[in-house]
Amino acid sequence: MAVTSEVQVEAQFEAFAEKKPVTSVVLDLMRRKPLGAAGAIIVIVMILTAAFADVVAPYDPVANSFANMNQAPGWLHWLGTDQFGRDMLARIIYGARTALFVGFTSALVGGTIGLVLGVGSAYFGGRIDLFFQRVMDIFMAFPLIIMALAVVSIFGTGAQNVIIAITIPFIPRCARVVRSSALAIREVPYIDAARANGFSHSRIILRHMVPNVMAPFLIMITAFVGQAILLEASLSYLGLGVQEPTPAWGLMLQGGAEEYALSAPWMAIFPGLAITLAVFGFNLFGDAVRDVLDPRMRSQ
Amino acid sequence: MYQYILKRILLMIPTLLGAAILVFFLMRLIPGDICELRLAGSGATFNQSSLDICRREVGIDQPVIVQFGQFLRGLVTFDFGKSMWTGRPIVEEIGLRFELSLMIAILATITATVIAIPLGTVSAIKQDTWIDYAVRAFTIAGIAMPSFWLGILIILGILFTTQWWTGIPWMPPIEYRSDWTSWDNIANNLALLIWPALATGYRYSAVAARMTRSAMLEVLREDYIRTARAKGLVERLIIRRHSLKNAMLPVVTVIGIEFAFLMGGLVVTEQVFNLNGLGKLFVESVTNHDYAMTQALVMVVVSVFVFTNFIVDVFYAWLDPRIRYR
Repeated sequence: MAVTSEVQVEAQFEAFAEKKPVTSVVLDLMRRKPLGAAGAIIVIVMILTAAFADVVAPYDPVANSFANMNQAPGWLHWLGTDQFGRDMLARIIYGARTALFVGFTSALVGGTIGLVLGVGSAYFGGRIDLFFQRVMDIFMAFPLIIMALAVVSIFGTGAQNVIIAITIPFIPRCARVVRSSALAIREVPYIDAARANGFSHSRIILRHMVPNVMAPFLIMITAFVGQAILLEASLSYLGLGVQEPTPAWGLMLQGGAEEYALSAPWMAIFPGLAITLAVFGFNLFGDAVRDVLDPRMRSQ
Repeated sequence: MYQYILKRILLMIPTLLGAAILVFFLMRLIPGDICELRLAGSGATFNQSSLDICRREVGIDQPVIVQFGQFLRGLVTFDFGKSMWTGRPIVEEIGLRFELSLMIAILATITATVIAIPLGTVSAIKQDTWIDYAVRAFTIAGIAMPSFWLGILIILGILFTTQWWTGIPWMPPIEYRSDWTSWDNIANNLALLIWPALATGYRYSAVAARMTRSAMLEVLREDYIRTARAKGLVERLIIRRHSLKNAMLPVVTVIGIEFAFLMGGLVVTEQVFNLNGLGKLFVESVTNHDYAMTQALVMVVVSVFVFTNFIVDVFYAWLDPRIRYR
C-alpha cells in the first residue's frame, strides 16, 4: 500500500516541480483546494501579525490605563479594553505570538522525537518494538490535558513549561502513525540493500527511512499545531499555562471574562474568536496538506 | 472469539501497570509535599518535628518502594486509602463526583450521537451541495472551538436571555440531585446538566459527524449499493439498511474513543460551569500534592480509557471476523 502511494506522491511532486511560474501554481492550488487556500491565508496572516506585532498593534499590550477600564469597542479601541484598561486588539495581536510560538515549537519538537522513535521502533522490530509499543500505549492512555497538568505541576507554569507539557503527549501519537508507515518501508528491498552494504543503523534510519515517512509526518505536524494552540489556551485558562501579564488568548478568557460577562461581553467574545479562527485556519490547511500528501484520502 | 477476548484482557494489564508506575513516580517528582503545604497554609510557624509528625500521619515518611507497594496493593483490592488532604476515604470522595461527571459524559455522548449521525449521513448523501458545505463548516468549527469558550458563550447567552426575559440576569447554580426516582429531580438534572454536556458535546459531535460522512461516502460507492439501486429498492431503505449499517463501524469506534477522553476533557468544562466533578477534584488534588488522591483519580481515568478501548475492540472483532484471526 505504502509503496504505491510513494510513487504517486513522487508524481505529485514532479508535477509541482515542472517549470511553471509561481503565481500559476498558487492559483491552481487555490482553484483545486479553496478551503485549504483559505486556511493557508489565515495561517499566513496570523504569522505576519505575530511577526510584526510591534508595528500592527495600536497600543502597548501590557500598559494598564485606569482611565480606560472596560471600554466598549469604538473608534479608539476597536475591540474595547479589559478591566485594567488594556487594549483588547493589541493583546490579541501579541497573543498570536504566544500561541504560534507554543504551537510550532511543541508540534515540531514532539513530532520530531516521535518520528525518530517511531522509525527506530519499526526498524529494529522484535522485542524493542514490542516494548516501545507498550510504553506508547501507556502514554496514550493518559488524556492530553491530564498529562499536561501533571507536567505543569512538576516544572511549574510559564511558556517554556507549557511547551514541555504539550510536547510530551504528542510524542507517542506521532510515533504510532510514523511507525505504521515505517513498517511497510522496512520491507522494501532498498533497506536490505543498504544493510548489505554495511551501513550503520543510524544511517539507514536517518537517510533511508526517515525521508520516506515524511508524508505522514508532515500531516501529523500540521494537525498538531492547531491542537497545541487549543491546549495552550485551555491550560492558560485553567491558570496553569502562560502567566500574566504575557498576552495569551486563554489567559484573557480567564481574567474577568466571566465576572464582566454582562457589562463587558467583548472580553469574553474576542479572545475566543481568535483561538477558534486560528485553529480553524490550521485545520483547513492541514486537511489540504493531507489530501495532497496522502492519495488514499484524496477521493473523499 | 473467546481467545481474542482473553488476549485483549491480558494486554490491558501491562498498560494499567505502566500507568500506575508512571503516575506514582511523576507525583514524587513534583517539588514540595503535602505537609509543607498544609503547615504553611495553617499560618502557624512550623519546625522539623511537626513536619515529621505530619509526614508520618499521611504515610510519606516511608521509603518510596514501600509506598509503591502499598499503592499497588490498594489498586488490586480497590482500597485506595484516605485522601491526604481531607482525611476522608478516597473511594467516597471519588464516588461523590464520579456520578456527576459520568452523567455529563453520557448526556454529551447522547447529544453528540443524535446530532452527528443524521448530519453526517445527510452531508454524505447530498455531497457537494450547500447542505454538505453547511454541515462541513459546522463540523470544522466544532473542532476548532475550545469547549471552555463555548461554555462561556452559553453562560453569556443564558444571562442575556434571562435579563431580557425577567430584567434580572440569572444563571441557576448547577446542582446535581443523585436521586433519580422523582420526575422533579430528573427534570432538574436534565435542564441543568444539558449545558455543560452541550459545551463538551459539540466538538464530540463534530468529530463523529465527520467520521460518519466519510464512512458513508465510502460505503455509498460500493457495488452492493449499486445492486440495491438496480433492483429498485427504495432509497430510504438503501440508506438505512444497506449503507448506514455498514458505515457505523468506524463511527462507533470514534464515539467510544472520544467517550474515553471525555472524562479527561471535562477538567476544563467543570471549571467554566463551576461544577464539583472529577476534573475539579483532579486539579485540586494536584495543586495540593495529595498523592493518594491524584494516583487514584488517574487510575480511574486511565481504567475508563483502557476499558472503553477494550469494549470497542471486542465489538469491532464481533462485527468483523477478520480482526479476530489476525
